[in-house]
Amino acid sequence: MVAAAAEVKLLGMWASPSVRRVEWGLQMKGIEYEYVEEDLANKSAALLRHNPVHKQVPVLLHGDRAVTDSLLILEYIDETWLGMPLLPRDPYRRASARFWAKFAEENCREATKKAFFERGEERSEAIEQLREQLQRLDEELEGKKFFGGVEIGFADLAVGWMAFWLGVSEEVAGFTVVDAKKLPRFAEWMDDFLRVPVIRDNLPPREKTVEFFRYYRDQQLAAAAAAAK
Amino acid sequence: MAEEEGEKEVTLLGTWSSPFVLRVKWALRIKGVEYTYVEEDLRNKSPQLLQYNPVHKKVPVLVHRGRAIAESSVILHYIDEAWPHHPLLPHHPYEKAMARFWCKFEDDKLSPPLWRVLTTQAEEQREAHASAIESLGLLENELEGKKFFGGQTIGLVDVWFGALAYIIPIYEEITGLKLVEQRKLPRLCRWMEEFLSSPAVEGTLPPKDMLLPRYAAMREAFLAKAKRPEQQ
Repeated sequence: MVAAAAEVKLLGMWASPSVRRVEWGLQMKGIEYEYVEEDLANKSAALLRHNPVHKQVPVLLHGDRAVTDSLLILEYIDETWLGMPLLPRDPYRRASARFWAKFAEENCREATKKAFFERGEERSEAIEQLREQLQRLDEELEGKKFFGGVEIGFADLAVGWMAFWLGVSEEVAGFTVVDAKKLPRFAEWMDDFLRVPVIRDNLPPREKTVEFFRYYRDQQLAAAAAAAK
Repeated sequence: MAEEEGEKEVTLLGTWSSPFVLRVKWALRIKGVEYTYVEEDLRNKSPQLLQYNPVHKKVPVLVHRGRAIAESSVILHYIDEAWPHHPLLPHHPYEKAMARFWCKFEDDKLSPPLWRVLTTQAEEQREAHASAIESLGLLENELEGKKFFGGQTIGLVDVWFGALAYIIPIYEEITGLKLVEQRKLPRLCRWMEEFLSSPAVEGTLPPKDMLLPRYAAMREAFLAKAKRPEQQ
């Protein structure tokens, strides 16, 4: 049996939105943890041992348990530490939160990745898709300050990367999808979300993040060009 | 009176061939929940489907007391939480996390190579085959000492993987490639038999003589598309 009080460690990487998402959850719940920065070019033995399948961060270590995948980690945290719930109690509201989390994590991320890395038609299609997805998110916010309602919750943490990292992607890859006039509720949500203390105080430095993603993009594009030859 | 009617008011929008829809059917069966099934024509989507799943316009969609839930993983969790008897997920948070991990594993590391086994050939197919076998090997290990992934009874992971039990033999027949060999993956082989013959699953499978040509046609379509020169 691992008591909730057993040691909690988070293996992460400073620029990763998935890692920050877990940190937001841990901090909202007031869980003490040790953060371990991973060098993804030189992965630690601990990372490879605890996430042999994907070899990715974040990995949450709780006593002798390892949990991988940021949304799974958030559910684990929510079910293990019961104060400050991230998910609501009602099954339908839980389903709604999970639906939007999945939408942001899979559909929106996929489209953003393509807009970020692709060229030509694939890129313009991805940008169009992303605009439609943002429209959906904007509509979902009708009558609500946050996806979770009055306060941020699981869905906000899942969509949260869009409040910061989407802007970084837009800047680095040279596209615009967040139009405050067309997405008034979403634009307001972004501001409100970033103002929440737990979020505001737990973001990577913007310039450094832009630099990092610019470098990462250049690398990937060069590798793709070399492979195409 | 209205309350009681509301209790039975469960509708499932689906298609006969979708493994995602089947997952939901199995879960409802395990829970003993009665429901109305509506067959959708995805080439001609009903106003009901568009109303209940405006974001994705896909099946399955579960409607309970007038409220719609989409995405099979979300639906399965909803079913488990709305009808807590015969739990699909283990009680303990860590075991829950592990169950969810295996569901994601299927999405990330098993379905994609299996799909490529069906839809590609030559080197690409060989690589996909090797990748699928590797992933199936991990499932084999996970079944050690267990009748089902859920333990003694069918759980979320069994429901999630369940379609593989009937789809894998079809892929094998179409491609001529072996995926689950008795002598190499004996536990997985036995699991497939146990799962398919369990009360929740019996009688729910789409007919093989309809599925086989359907998947064979998909293979043909993808191979033909690959042969055409890239449009610049």
